[in-house]
Amino acid sequence: MSPLFLFLSFVALLSALGVVLAKNPVHSVLFLILTFFTLSGHYLLLNAQFLAAVNIIVYAGAIMVLFLFVIMFLNLNEETEPHKPALAKIAAAIAGGSLLLILVAALRNVSPAGYDAASFDSQIGMVDRLGLVLFKEYALPFELASILLLAAMVGSVMLGKRETGERNF
Amino acid sequence: MTLPALGWQGLVVLATFGISLLIATYCTYAERVIAAFLQDRVGPDRAGPFGLLQPLADAVKLFTKEEFFPAGANRALFVFGPCLAMVTALMSSAVIPFGNFLQFGDTIIHLQGIEINVGMLYVFGIVSLGVYGIMIGGWASNNKFSLLGAIRAASQNISYEIAMGLALIAVLMMSGTLSLREITLQQSVAGEWHFWNIAKQPLGFIIFIVCAFAETNRTPFDLPECETELIGGYHTEYSSMKMGLYLFAEYINVFVASAVMSVLYFGGFNFPFQYELRDWLVSSRGLELVTAQNIITILGLVGLFAKIFGFIFFFMWVRWTLPRFRYDQLMRLGWTILIPLAIFNIMLTGGLITFGVIK
Repeated sequence: MSPLFLFLSFVALLSALGVVLAKNPVHSVLFLILTFFTLSGHYLLLNAQFLAAVNIIVYAGAIMVLFLFVIMFLNLNEETEPHKPALAKIAAAIAGGSLLLILVAALRNVSPAGYDAASFDSQIGMVDRLGLVLFKEYALPFELASILLLAAMVGSVMLGKRETGERNF
Repeated sequence: MTLPALGWQGLVVLATFGISLLIATYCTYAERVIAAFLQDRVGPDRAGPFGLLQPLADAVKLFTKEEFFPAGANRALFVFGPCLAMVTALMSSAVIPFGNFLQFGDTIIHLQGIEINVGMLYVFGIVSLGVYGIMIGGWASNNKFSLLGAIRAASQNISYEIAMGLALIAVLMMSGTLSLREITLQQSVAGEWHFWNIAKQPLGFIIFIVCAFAETNRTPFDLPECETELIGGYHTEYSSMKMGLYLFAEYINVFVASAVMSVLYFGGFNFPFQYELRDWLVSSRGLELVTAQNIITILGLVGLFAKIFGFIFFFMWVRWTLPRFRYDQLMRLGWTILIPLAIFNIMLTGGLITFGVIK
Protein backbone atom coordinates (compact mmCIF):
# COMPACT_ATOMS: atom_id res chain seq x y z
CA MET A 1 0.00 0.00 0.00
CA SER A 2 1.49 3.29 -1.06
CA PRO A 3 1.61 6.24 1.35
CA LEU A 4 -0.56 8.21 -1.07
CA PHE A 5 -3.25 5.54 -0.95
CA LEU A 6 -3.16 5.51 2.85
CA PHE A 7 -3.33 9.30 3.01
CA LEU A 8 -6.26 9.46 0.56
CA SER A 9 -8.12 6.73 2.42
CA PHE A 10 -7.52 8.50 5.73
CA VAL A 11 -8.89 11.79 4.37
CA ALA A 12 -11.79 9.96 2.71
CA LEU A 13 -12.83 8.27 5.94
CA LEU A 14 -12.36 11.43 7.97
CA SER A 15 -14.42 13.58 5.60
CA ALA A 16 -17.09 10.87 5.29
CA LEU A 17 -17.37 10.91 9.08
CA GLY A 18 -17.53 14.70 8.88
CA VAL A 19 -20.56 14.45 6.58
CA VAL A 20 -22.47 12.48 9.20
CA LEU A 21 -21.22 14.22 12.31
CA ALA A 22 -21.22 17.90 11.25
CA LYS A 23 -23.99 19.87 12.97
CA ASN A 24 -24.22 22.41 10.18
CA PRO A 25 -25.73 21.02 6.92
CA VAL A 26 -23.55 23.30 4.79
CA HIS A 27 -20.46 21.84 6.45
CA SER A 28 -21.83 18.37 5.71
CA VAL A 29 -22.11 19.21 2.02
CA LEU A 30 -18.58 20.59 1.94
CA PHE A 31 -17.26 17.42 3.62
CA LEU A 32 -19.14 15.37 1.02
CA ILE A 33 -17.41 17.34 -1.75
CA LEU A 34 -14.06 16.60 -0.09
CA THR A 35 -15.03 12.92 -0.03
CA PHE A 36 -15.68 13.01 -3.77
CA PHE A 37 -12.25 14.56 -4.27
CA THR A 38 -10.54 11.77 -2.38
CA LEU A 39 -12.50 9.23 -4.42
CA SER A 40 -11.25 10.95 -7.59
CA GLY A 41 -7.77 10.65 -6.15
CA HIS A 42 -8.32 6.90 -5.79
CA TYR A 43 -9.45 6.73 -9.44
CA LEU A 44 -6.24 8.51 -10.42
CA LEU A 45 -4.20 5.98 -8.46
CA LEU A 46 -5.99 3.28 -10.49
CA ASN A 47 -4.93 5.14 -13.67
CA ALA A 48 -8.54 5.99 -14.55
CA GLN A 49 -8.10 9.65 -15.49
CA PHE A 50 -11.40 9.95 -17.34
CA LEU A 51 -13.42 8.58 -14.43
CA ALA A 52 -11.62 10.93 -12.03
CA ALA A 53 -12.35 14.01 -14.15
CA VAL A 54 -15.97 13.05 -14.76
CA ASN A 55 -16.48 12.31 -11.07
CA ILE A 56 -15.34 15.86 -10.28
CA ILE A 57 -17.42 17.47 -13.04
CA VAL A 58 -20.65 15.57 -12.41
CA TYR A 59 -20.67 14.98 -8.67
CA ALA A 60 -18.53 17.73 -7.16
CA GLY A 61 -19.26 20.29 -9.87
CA ALA A 62 -22.95 19.84 -10.60
CA ILE A 63 -24.87 17.66 -8.17
CA MET A 64 -23.28 19.06 -5.01
CA VAL A 65 -23.96 22.61 -6.22
CA LEU A 66 -27.65 21.69 -6.33
CA PHE A 67 -27.41 20.23 -2.81
CA LEU A 68 -25.78 23.45 -1.63
CA PHE A 69 -28.49 25.51 -3.38
CA VAL A 70 -31.30 23.71 -1.64
CA ILE A 71 -29.65 23.77 1.77
CA MET A 72 -28.84 27.46 1.52
CA PHE A 73 -32.39 28.27 0.47
CA LEU A 74 -33.92 26.20 3.25
CA ASN A 75 -31.78 28.12 5.74
CA LEU A 76 -31.10 25.05 7.88
CA ASN A 77 -29.15 25.93 10.99
CA GLU A 78 -27.99 24.21 14.12
CA GLU A 79 -30.84 25.93 15.99
CA THR A 80 -33.62 24.94 13.60
CA GLU A 81 -32.47 21.34 13.20
CA PRO A 82 -35.34 19.08 14.32
CA HIS A 83 -34.46 16.59 17.04
CA LYS A 84 -35.45 13.04 16.29
CA PRO A 85 -36.91 10.91 19.07
CA ALA A 86 -34.44 8.70 20.96
CA LEU A 87 -36.04 5.50 19.66
CA ALA A 88 -35.44 6.52 16.04
CA LYS A 89 -31.82 7.35 16.82
CA ILE A 90 -31.24 3.98 18.49
CA ALA A 91 -32.95 2.12 15.63
CA ALA A 92 -30.87 3.98 13.05
CA ALA A 93 -27.68 3.26 14.99
CA ILE A 94 -28.48 -0.47 15.21
CA ALA A 95 -29.42 -0.72 11.52
CA GLY A 96 -26.32 1.18 10.36
CA GLY A 97 -24.07 -0.73 12.75
CA SER A 98 -25.27 -4.12 11.57
CA LEU A 99 -24.77 -3.09 7.94
CA LEU A 100 -21.20 -2.06 8.80
CA LEU A 101 -20.67 -5.39 10.62
CA ILE A 102 -21.91 -7.41 7.64
CA LEU A 103 -19.80 -5.42 5.17
CA VAL A 104 -16.67 -5.78 7.26
CA ALA A 105 -17.33 -9.49 7.84
CA ALA A 106 -17.95 -10.09 4.14
CA LEU A 107 -14.90 -8.19 2.91
CA ARG A 108 -12.47 -9.14 5.70
CA ASN A 109 -10.67 -11.97 3.91
CA VAL A 110 -11.05 -10.78 0.35
CA SER A 111 -7.89 -10.66 -1.71
CA PRO A 112 -7.78 -8.99 -5.14
CA ALA A 113 -8.22 -11.76 -7.68
CA GLY A 114 -8.40 -12.09 -11.43
CA TYR A 115 -5.57 -9.83 -12.41
CA ASP A 116 -2.21 -10.84 -13.68
CA ALA A 117 0.62 -8.36 -13.25
CA ALA A 118 2.33 -9.57 -16.42
CA SER A 119 -0.61 -9.22 -18.79
CA PHE A 120 -2.35 -6.30 -17.04
CA ASP A 121 -3.08 -3.41 -19.39
CA SER A 122 -2.30 -0.17 -17.57
CA GLN A 123 -4.02 1.91 -20.25
CA ILE A 124 -7.43 0.34 -19.60
CA GLY A 125 -8.84 3.41 -17.83
CA MET A 126 -7.83 5.90 -20.53
CA VAL A 127 -10.56 7.78 -22.33
CA ASP A 128 -9.92 6.29 -25.80
CA ARG A 129 -10.18 2.71 -24.49
CA LEU A 130 -13.34 3.58 -22.61
CA GLY A 131 -14.82 5.14 -25.76
CA LEU A 132 -14.09 2.04 -27.81
CA VAL A 133 -15.78 -0.21 -25.26
CA LEU A 134 -18.79 2.11 -24.90
CA PHE A 135 -19.35 2.50 -28.62
CA LYS A 136 -18.62 -1.10 -29.61
CA GLU A 137 -19.99 -3.31 -26.88
CA TYR A 138 -22.50 -1.05 -25.18
CA ALA A 139 -23.59 1.19 -28.07
CA LEU A 140 -27.34 0.75 -27.51
CA PRO A 141 -27.45 1.44 -23.75
CA PHE A 142 -25.03 4.33 -24.23
CA GLU A 143 -27.19 5.94 -26.91
CA LEU A 144 -30.36 5.36 -24.90
CA ALA A 145 -28.81 7.07 -21.88
CA SER A 146 -27.70 10.00 -24.01
CA ILE A 147 -31.21 10.38 -25.46
CA LEU A 148 -32.60 10.36 -21.93
CA LEU A 149 -30.22 13.14 -20.88
CA LEU A 150 -30.93 15.16 -24.01
CA ALA A 151 -34.68 14.81 -23.42
CA ALA A 152 -34.22 16.06 -19.84
CA MET A 153 -32.29 19.07 -21.10
CA VAL A 154 -34.82 19.91 -23.81
CA GLY A 155 -37.57 19.50 -21.21
CA SER A 156 -35.94 22.01 -18.90
CA VAL A 157 -35.61 24.50 -21.76
CA MET A 158 -39.29 24.00 -22.61
CA LEU A 159 -40.27 24.62 -18.97
CA GLY A 160 -38.23 27.82 -18.98
CA LYS A 161 -39.69 29.15 -22.22
CA ARG A 162 -41.96 32.15 -21.90
CA GLU A 163 -45.57 31.42 -22.79
CA THR A 164 -47.59 33.78 -24.96
CA GLY A 165 -49.23 36.53 -22.97
CA GLU A 166 -46.89 36.14 -20.00
CA ARG A 167 -45.80 39.36 -18.31
CA ASN A 168 -42.51 40.67 -19.64
CA PHE A 169 -41.27 42.32 -16.42
CA MET B 1 11.13 10.22 -16.68
CA THR B 2 14.45 10.93 -15.00
CA LEU B 3 14.74 13.33 -12.13
CA PRO B 4 16.45 16.21 -14.00
CA ALA B 5 13.62 16.25 -16.54
CA LEU B 6 11.11 16.23 -13.71
CA GLY B 7 12.97 19.17 -12.21
CA TRP B 8 12.67 21.11 -15.45
CA GLN B 9 8.97 20.27 -15.59
CA GLY B 10 8.61 21.60 -12.06
CA LEU B 11 10.19 24.86 -13.19
CA VAL B 12 7.66 25.05 -16.02
CA VAL B 13 4.84 24.60 -13.50
CA LEU B 14 6.29 27.36 -11.32
CA ALA B 15 6.71 29.62 -14.34
CA THR B 16 3.08 29.00 -15.38
CA PHE B 17 1.96 29.89 -11.88
CA GLY B 18 4.05 33.06 -11.83
CA ILE B 19 2.98 34.14 -15.30
CA SER B 20 -0.70 33.67 -14.43
CA LEU B 21 -0.27 35.89 -11.38
CA LEU B 22 1.79 38.49 -13.24
CA ILE B 23 -0.67 38.71 -16.12
CA ALA B 24 -3.61 38.97 -13.73
CA THR B 25 -1.81 41.77 -11.87
CA TYR B 26 -1.24 43.76 -15.02
CA CYS B 27 -4.79 43.02 -16.20
CA THR B 28 -5.99 45.41 -13.50
CA TYR B 29 -3.68 48.04 -14.99
CA ALA B 30 -4.68 47.19 -18.57
CA GLU B 31 -8.33 47.42 -17.64
CA ARG B 32 -7.88 51.00 -16.43
CA VAL B 33 -5.75 52.03 -19.37
CA ILE B 34 -8.18 50.53 -21.89
CA ALA B 35 -11.16 52.07 -20.09
CA ALA B 36 -9.42 55.44 -20.18
CA PHE B 37 -8.59 54.98 -23.86
CA LEU B 38 -12.16 54.04 -24.78
CA GLN B 39 -13.64 56.88 -22.75
CA ASP B 40 -11.07 59.44 -23.91
CA ARG B 41 -9.56 59.96 -20.46
CA VAL B 42 -5.95 59.97 -19.27
CA GLY B 43 -6.10 56.90 -17.01
CA PRO B 44 -3.59 55.92 -14.33
CA ASP B 45 -0.33 57.85 -14.76
CA ARG B 46 0.73 58.79 -11.20
CA ALA B 47 2.48 55.68 -9.84
CA GLY B 48 5.70 55.09 -11.75
CA PRO B 49 6.32 55.65 -15.46
CA PHE B 50 3.00 55.43 -17.38
CA GLY B 51 1.41 54.43 -14.07
CA LEU B 52 3.04 51.00 -14.31
CA LEU B 53 3.33 50.68 -10.54
CA GLN B 54 -0.44 51.14 -10.14
CA PRO B 55 -1.11 47.41 -9.42
CA LEU B 56 1.50 47.58 -6.63
CA ALA B 57 -0.18 50.64 -5.15
CA ASP B 58 -3.54 48.84 -5.34
CA ALA B 59 -2.10 45.81 -3.55
CA VAL B 60 -0.71 48.00 -0.75
CA LYS B 61 -4.09 49.70 -0.44
CA LEU B 62 -5.98 46.39 -0.27
CA PHE B 63 -3.56 44.83 2.23
CA THR B 64 -3.67 47.78 4.62
CA LYS B 65 -7.46 48.17 4.64
CA GLU B 66 -9.45 47.01 7.63
CA GLU B 67 -10.11 43.29 7.84
CA PHE B 68 -13.84 43.16 8.54
CA PHE B 69 -15.98 40.23 9.63
CA PRO B 70 -19.75 40.79 9.58
CA ALA B 71 -21.71 39.86 12.71
CA GLY B 72 -22.92 36.25 12.69
CA ALA B 73 -20.72 35.32 9.77
CA ASN B 74 -19.25 31.85 9.59
CA ARG B 75 -15.64 32.96 10.05
CA ALA B 76 -13.91 29.86 8.73
CA LEU B 77 -15.98 29.67 5.56
CA PHE B 78 -15.84 33.46 5.16
CA VAL B 79 -12.07 33.15 4.76
CA PHE B 80 -12.29 29.87 2.84
CA GLY B 81 -14.50 31.34 0.07
CA PRO B 82 -12.00 33.76 -1.51
CA CYS B 83 -9.17 31.23 -1.04
CA LEU B 84 -11.16 28.63 -2.97
CA ALA B 85 -11.95 31.14 -5.74
CA MET B 86 -8.23 31.88 -6.07
CA VAL B 87 -7.12 28.22 -5.94
CA THR B 88 -9.59 27.05 -8.58
CA ALA B 89 -8.67 29.97 -10.83
CA LEU B 90 -4.95 29.18 -10.60
CA MET B 91 -5.29 25.40 -11.03
CA SER B 92 -6.71 25.46 -14.53
CA SER B 93 -3.66 26.98 -16.23
CA ALA B 94 -1.62 23.87 -15.38
CA VAL B 95 -2.68 21.88 -18.46
CA ILE B 96 -2.44 24.66 -21.05
CA PRO B 97 0.31 24.01 -23.62
CA PHE B 98 2.10 27.34 -23.85
CA GLY B 99 4.64 26.08 -26.33
CA ASN B 100 5.85 22.97 -28.09
CA PHE B 101 9.15 21.73 -26.63
CA LEU B 102 12.68 23.00 -26.16
CA GLN B 103 15.55 20.58 -26.66
CA PHE B 104 19.00 21.01 -25.14
CA GLY B 105 21.13 17.98 -25.80
CA ASP B 106 19.14 15.06 -24.40
CA THR B 107 16.85 17.15 -22.23
CA ILE B 108 13.44 17.86 -23.69
CA ILE B 109 11.35 20.48 -21.91
CA HIS B 110 7.67 20.60 -22.75
CA LEU B 111 6.35 24.11 -22.21
CA GLN B 112 3.25 22.80 -20.48
CA GLY B 113 2.71 22.23 -16.77
CA ILE B 114 1.25 18.75 -16.96
CA GLU B 115 0.23 16.75 -20.00
CA ILE B 116 -2.77 14.54 -19.29
CA ASN B 117 -4.93 12.90 -21.88
CA VAL B 118 -8.12 14.37 -20.37
CA GLY B 119 -6.76 17.95 -20.35
CA MET B 120 -9.95 19.60 -21.55
CA LEU B 121 -12.07 17.72 -19.02
CA TYR B 122 -9.62 18.83 -16.32
CA VAL B 123 -10.13 22.48 -17.26
CA PHE B 124 -13.87 21.91 -17.34
CA GLY B 125 -13.87 20.25 -13.92
CA ILE B 126 -11.89 23.08 -12.35
CA VAL B 127 -14.17 25.69 -13.93
CA SER B 128 -17.21 23.91 -12.51
CA LEU B 129 -15.60 24.09 -9.06
CA GLY B 130 -15.18 27.87 -9.33
CA VAL B 131 -18.82 28.20 -8.33
CA TYR B 132 -18.04 27.05 -4.78
CA GLY B 133 -15.82 30.02 -3.96
CA ILE B 134 -18.70 32.34 -4.84
CA MET B 135 -21.43 30.31 -3.12
CA ILE B 136 -19.49 29.72 0.09
CA GLY B 137 -18.44 33.37 0.31
CA GLY B 138 -21.98 34.58 -0.26
CA TRP B 139 -23.49 32.21 2.25
CA ALA B 140 -20.89 32.70 4.97
CA SER B 141 -21.41 36.49 4.93
CA ASN B 142 -24.72 36.03 6.78
CA ASN B 143 -26.35 38.64 4.57
CA LYS B 144 -29.51 38.08 2.52
CA PHE B 145 -28.23 40.14 -0.39
CA SER B 146 -24.93 38.30 -0.46
CA LEU B 147 -26.76 34.97 -0.48
CA LEU B 148 -29.06 36.09 -3.29
CA GLY B 149 -26.04 37.37 -5.20
CA ALA B 150 -24.25 34.07 -4.73
CA ILE B 151 -27.25 32.06 -5.91
CA ARG B 152 -27.60 34.38 -8.90
CA ALA B 153 -23.94 33.93 -9.79
CA ALA B 154 -24.03 30.17 -9.34
CA SER B 155 -27.13 29.74 -11.53
CA GLN B 156 -25.50 31.82 -14.23
CA ASN B 157 -22.28 29.80 -14.16
CA ILE B 158 -24.05 26.45 -14.18
CA SER B 159 -26.37 27.47 -17.03
CA TYR B 160 -23.57 28.64 -19.27
CA GLU B 161 -21.40 25.63 -18.48
CA ILE B 162 -23.88 23.46 -20.38
CA ALA B 163 -23.73 25.48 -23.59
CA MET B 164 -19.95 25.72 -23.22
CA GLY B 165 -19.61 21.95 -22.91
CA LEU B 166 -21.84 21.39 -25.93
CA ALA B 167 -19.82 23.86 -28.02
CA LEU B 168 -16.72 22.01 -26.94
CA ILE B 169 -18.12 18.63 -28.04
CA ALA B 170 -18.10 19.81 -31.67
CA VAL B 171 -14.36 20.54 -31.40
CA LEU B 172 -13.74 17.17 -29.76
CA MET B 173 -15.66 15.41 -32.54
CA MET B 174 -13.12 16.76 -35.02
CA SER B 175 -10.02 16.27 -32.90
CA GLY B 176 -10.86 12.88 -31.41
CA THR B 177 -8.80 13.66 -28.32
CA LEU B 178 -9.21 15.57 -25.07
CA SER B 179 -5.55 16.46 -24.75
CA LEU B 180 -4.98 20.17 -25.32
CA ARG B 181 -1.51 19.49 -26.70
CA GLU B 182 -2.88 17.05 -29.27
CA ILE B 183 -5.62 19.49 -30.26
CA THR B 184 -2.96 22.17 -30.80
CA LEU B 185 -0.68 19.94 -32.84
CA GLN B 186 -3.56 18.83 -35.06
CA GLN B 187 -4.20 22.42 -36.10
CA SER B 188 -1.00 22.62 -38.07
CA VAL B 189 0.50 19.85 -40.18
CA ALA B 190 3.81 20.18 -41.98
CA GLY B 191 3.63 20.48 -45.76
CA GLU B 192 -0.13 20.69 -45.85
CA TRP B 193 -2.62 23.52 -46.27
CA HIS B 194 -4.22 23.43 -42.84
CA PHE B 195 -6.69 25.71 -41.10
CA TRP B 196 -7.11 26.50 -37.43
CA ASN B 197 -10.29 25.29 -35.79
CA ILE B 198 -11.90 28.72 -36.04
CA ALA B 199 -12.33 28.15 -39.78
CA LYS B 200 -14.15 24.87 -39.15
CA GLN B 201 -16.08 25.89 -36.05
CA PRO B 202 -17.14 29.54 -36.40
CA LEU B 203 -20.53 28.97 -34.74
CA GLY B 204 -18.98 26.89 -31.97
CA PHE B 205 -16.45 29.61 -31.30
CA ILE B 206 -19.12 32.29 -30.98
CA ILE B 207 -21.05 30.12 -28.52
CA PHE B 208 -17.85 29.38 -26.62
CA ILE B 209 -16.76 33.01 -26.30
CA VAL B 210 -20.21 34.13 -25.13
CA CYS B 211 -20.13 31.38 -22.50
CA ALA B 212 -16.59 32.36 -21.53
CA PHE B 213 -17.80 35.90 -20.83
CA ALA B 214 -20.57 34.50 -18.64
CA GLU B 215 -18.26 32.04 -16.84
CA THR B 216 -15.74 34.74 -15.96
CA ASN B 217 -18.51 37.10 -14.82
CA ARG B 218 -17.48 39.83 -17.23
CA THR B 219 -19.73 42.49 -18.74
CA PRO B 220 -22.24 42.12 -20.39
CA PHE B 221 -22.84 39.17 -18.03
CA ASP B 222 -21.45 40.62 -14.80
CA LEU B 223 -24.73 40.12 -12.95
CA PRO B 224 -22.92 38.39 -10.06
CA GLU B 225 -21.38 41.66 -8.94
CA CYS B 226 -22.90 44.59 -10.87
CA GLU B 227 -22.27 47.13 -8.15
CA THR B 228 -24.32 49.93 -9.68
CA GLU B 229 -27.67 48.14 -9.70
CA LEU B 230 -27.61 45.12 -7.43
CA ILE B 231 -25.15 46.21 -4.72
CA GLY B 232 -22.02 44.06 -4.79
CA GLY B 233 -23.53 40.60 -5.15
CA TYR B 234 -21.76 37.80 -3.33
CA HIS B 235 -18.86 39.96 -2.11
CA THR B 236 -20.95 42.76 -0.56
CA GLU B 237 -19.56 42.03 2.91
CA TYR B 238 -15.98 41.55 1.84
CA SER B 239 -13.26 44.09 2.43
CA SER B 240 -9.48 44.27 2.29
CA MET B 241 -7.47 41.55 0.53
CA LYS B 242 -10.29 38.98 0.69
CA MET B 243 -12.23 41.24 -1.65
CA GLY B 244 -9.02 41.65 -3.64
CA LEU B 245 -8.68 37.88 -4.02
CA TYR B 246 -12.16 37.61 -5.55
CA LEU B 247 -11.39 40.38 -8.05
CA PHE B 248 -7.97 38.90 -8.73
CA ALA B 249 -9.46 35.44 -9.36
CA GLU B 250 -11.68 37.02 -12.01
CA TYR B 251 -8.65 38.31 -13.91
CA ILE B 252 -6.91 34.95 -13.70
CA ASN B 253 -10.09 33.37 -15.09
CA VAL B 254 -10.04 35.86 -17.95
CA PHE B 255 -6.44 34.89 -18.69
CA VAL B 256 -7.21 31.16 -18.59
CA ALA B 257 -10.33 31.57 -20.72
CA SER B 258 -8.29 33.53 -23.29
CA ALA B 259 -5.62 30.84 -23.28
CA VAL B 260 -8.16 28.02 -23.71
CA MET B 261 -9.85 29.86 -26.59
CA SER B 262 -6.49 30.47 -28.29
CA VAL B 263 -5.58 26.80 -27.93
CA LEU B 264 -8.93 25.36 -29.00
CA TYR B 265 -9.82 27.67 -31.88
CA PHE B 266 -6.80 29.77 -32.82
CA GLY B 267 -4.10 27.18 -33.22
CA GLY B 268 -2.42 27.54 -29.82
CA PHE B 269 1.33 27.88 -30.27
CA ASN B 270 1.17 27.37 -34.03
CA PHE B 271 1.71 30.27 -36.36
CA PRO B 272 1.48 30.45 -40.17
CA PHE B 273 4.45 29.18 -42.19
CA GLN B 274 6.29 27.84 -39.14
CA TYR B 275 7.56 24.74 -40.93
CA GLU B 276 8.69 26.79 -43.92
CA LEU B 277 10.51 29.14 -41.55
CA ARG B 278 12.17 26.19 -39.79
CA ASP B 279 13.30 24.65 -43.07
CA TRP B 280 14.55 28.04 -44.24
CA LEU B 281 16.57 28.47 -41.03
CA VAL B 282 18.11 25.05 -41.57
CA SER B 283 18.82 25.33 -45.30
CA SER B 284 19.72 29.01 -45.75
CA ARG B 285 21.08 29.98 -42.34
CA GLY B 286 22.89 26.73 -41.71
CA LEU B 287 21.40 26.17 -38.25
CA GLU B 288 20.98 22.71 -36.78
CA LEU B 289 17.48 21.27 -36.86
CA VAL B 290 17.30 21.27 -33.04
CA THR B 291 18.24 24.95 -32.80
CA ALA B 292 15.79 25.88 -35.53
CA GLN B 293 13.05 23.92 -33.73
CA ASN B 294 13.85 25.77 -30.49
CA ILE B 295 13.58 29.13 -32.26
CA ILE B 296 10.21 28.11 -33.71
CA THR B 297 9.04 27.01 -30.25
CA ILE B 298 9.98 30.35 -28.71
CA LEU B 299 8.31 32.25 -31.57
CA GLY B 300 5.23 30.05 -31.03
CA LEU B 301 5.27 30.88 -27.33
CA VAL B 302 5.35 34.58 -28.17
CA GLY B 303 2.59 34.02 -30.73
CA LEU B 304 0.35 32.26 -28.21
CA PHE B 305 0.80 35.09 -25.74
CA ALA B 306 -0.02 37.60 -28.47
CA LYS B 307 -3.27 35.71 -29.10
CA ILE B 308 -4.00 35.59 -25.36
CA PHE B 309 -3.39 39.34 -24.99
CA GLY B 310 -5.64 39.91 -27.99
CA PHE B 311 -8.45 38.04 -26.27
CA ILE B 312 -7.84 39.85 -22.97
CA PHE B 313 -8.09 43.15 -24.85
CA PHE B 314 -11.33 41.91 -26.42
CA PHE B 315 -12.72 41.07 -22.96
CA MET B 316 -11.97 44.63 -21.80
CA TRP B 317 -13.12 46.26 -25.01
CA VAL B 318 -16.52 44.57 -24.63
CA ARG B 319 -16.70 45.55 -20.97
CA TRP B 320 -16.42 49.24 -21.77
CA THR B 321 -18.67 49.08 -24.82
CA LEU B 322 -21.74 46.96 -24.08
CA PRO B 323 -24.36 47.55 -21.39
CA ARG B 324 -25.29 44.85 -18.91
CA PHE B 325 -27.95 42.23 -19.62
CA ARG B 326 -31.02 41.92 -17.43
CA TYR B 327 -31.11 38.66 -15.47
CA ASP B 328 -34.08 37.13 -17.33
CA GLN B 329 -32.47 38.07 -20.65
CA LEU B 330 -29.28 36.38 -19.52
CA MET B 331 -31.06 33.16 -18.61
CA ARG B 332 -33.12 33.20 -21.80
CA LEU B 333 -30.01 33.68 -23.92
CA GLY B 334 -28.30 30.79 -22.18
CA TRP B 335 -31.08 28.24 -22.16
CA THR B 336 -33.27 28.99 -25.18
CA ILE B 337 -30.72 30.32 -27.66
CA LEU B 338 -27.21 29.09 -26.92
CA ILE B 339 -28.04 25.51 -25.95
CA PRO B 340 -30.24 24.78 -29.03
CA LEU B 341 -27.61 26.51 -31.20
CA ALA B 342 -24.88 24.37 -29.67
CA ILE B 343 -26.88 21.17 -30.29
CA PHE B 344 -27.45 22.31 -33.88
CA ASN B 345 -23.72 22.93 -34.18
CA ILE B 346 -23.00 19.38 -33.01
CA MET B 347 -25.39 17.96 -35.65
CA LEU B 348 -23.89 20.22 -38.32
CA THR B 349 -20.36 19.15 -37.41
CA GLY B 350 -21.42 15.49 -37.40
CA GLY B 351 -22.93 15.90 -40.86
CA LEU B 352 -19.89 17.70 -42.25
CA ILE B 353 -17.54 15.06 -40.83
CA THR B 354 -19.70 12.26 -42.25
CA PHE B 355 -19.66 13.78 -45.72
CA GLY B 356 -15.94 14.46 -45.48
CA VAL B 357 -16.15 18.26 -45.75
CA ILE B 358 -14.05 18.73 -42.61
CA LYS B 359 -12.03 16.28 -40.64
